[in-house]
Amino acid sequence: MSNLSVNHLLGIKYITKNDIELILDTATNFKEVINRPIKKVPSLRDLTVANLFFENSTRTRLSFELAQKRLSADVVNFSASSSSVKKGETLIDTVNNILAMKVDMVVMRHASAGAAEFLSKKVNSKIVNAGDGAHEHPTQALLDAFSMKEKLGNLKGRKIAIIGDILHSRVALSNIFCLKKLGAEVKVCGPITLIPKYIESLGVSVETDLRKTLEWCDVANMLRIQLERQDIKFFPSIREYTMLYGLDKTLLDSLSKKIVIMHPGPINRGVEITSDVADSDQSIILDQVENGVAVRMAVMFLLAGRQ
Amino acid sequence: MKPRVLLENKQLEVTLTRLCYQLIEVHNDFSNTVIIGLQPRGIYLAHRIQKLLEGILKKKINCGDLDTTFYRDDFRKKELIPNRTNIDFIIEDKNVILVDDVLFTGRTIRAGLDAMLAFGRPNEVELLVLVDRRFSRHVPIQAKYIGLVIDSIETQNVKVEWAETDKKDRVTLIDK
Repeated sequence: MSNLSVNHLLGIKYITKNDIELILDTATNFKEVINRPIKKVPSLRDLTVANLFFENSTRTRLSFELAQKRLSADVVNFSASSSSVKKGETLIDTVNNILAMKVDMVVMRHASAGAAEFLSKKVNSKIVNAGDGAHEHPTQALLDAFSMKEKLGNLKGRKIAIIGDILHSRVALSNIFCLKKLGAEVKVCGPITLIPKYIESLGVSVETDLRKTLEWCDVANMLRIQLERQDIKFFPSIREYTMLYGLDKTLLDSLSKKIVIMHPGPINRGVEITSDVADSDQSIILDQVENGVAVRMAVMFLLAGRQ
Repeated sequence: MKPRVLLENKQLEVTLTRLCYQLIEVHNDFSNTVIIGLQPRGIYLAHRIQKLLEGILKKKINCGDLDTTFYRDDFRKKELIPNRTNIDFIIEDKNVILVDDVLFTGRTIRAGLDAMLAFGRPNEVELLVLVDRRFSRHVPIQAKYIGLVIDSIETQNVKVEWAETDKKDRVTLIDK
């Protein structure tokens, strides 16, 4: 167990439990690195990485860019809104043009599910999926698992609830794959219209009652309502959603045990989670952001190490 | 060829004690000196030296572990697994004694020198090794404190075993 089994990180579905553990172990070393006075190591100084963001992002993009810079890689950034994509260029043409400038690794976010996998078959470069539609967001799942392990230790048998818009969430799917591979129990909770049919086939349980879910779990991962992906109405109103699925301090304090609160961001304060919960001592939301850089460093370091 | 034992038990203990007194000769009471062992195998030697020195000087000596994986120049040429770095003291303006078990090509030490700078600018850096394999250097690096100098060829390996992980203290020369 000293190298990844894959050449690209397209999704958690495609990697093994050993891969996940290797990435998380390596991330521990990088977390120590980014807390040093000089937060930079020269490992990738001979590589150029392109960040292709065909969809908006702040956290993931910054986190990837910081991770690349702390590994001493050269970085080029691209966002669809200010590029020739607007002039009708295809994805493969865009990427091949960028690769012609001798780029070794591509980090891509795209609105279409499967975009990263498609690209990995067509171009000769290492691909890291930074989110493809409602499919996968592997580095988010890895950093979530890393943050949970940091707080709880081994995740085997731990009870993790993913709450909110499961249907449109790539974070939910990647988290489910990752947590199941690490041996955790996973429950999804949300309005029944926002829970995909047959999700139980992934080995998770479904619950529509927020309080019951919170009483059951050790960790609650609160997800945002992805209104931008919802072309029809899935619930009557945001207000009603908040009343039934919003987590506030009163509810949190009334639980019989202290659970850990996570959120992949961006937070809609006052919708899925109130400010006092997001900022409480049970929340590890900012730890997740810090760990994101370490985990992404580990992913790119390990991928670059493959021949 | 049968493995040849170079150092064992009592001999090794004598060598380590000698190294400690050599260090004391230069660094006196270690008030401005710290020890850094290089991962993965140099840390055992570093902690042995630390314990022996603490016994002799009757005071606490700072000793850390440094991993060089991210600074190596052969990354991508072979599989490298990072280890923990644990340096919980300041090395700015300190005299640092880098410790490794075997000095061979010198590349690990070169990476170690780079890695160490991420923790500050030391006053002076010295190198202590248990075994110095002469005539095999790829970079101009020499140790100041040496347990044992040997002449070996490329196809041989020096194996250093420690009681902490390998049940006994022993240095052997083996054919690859």
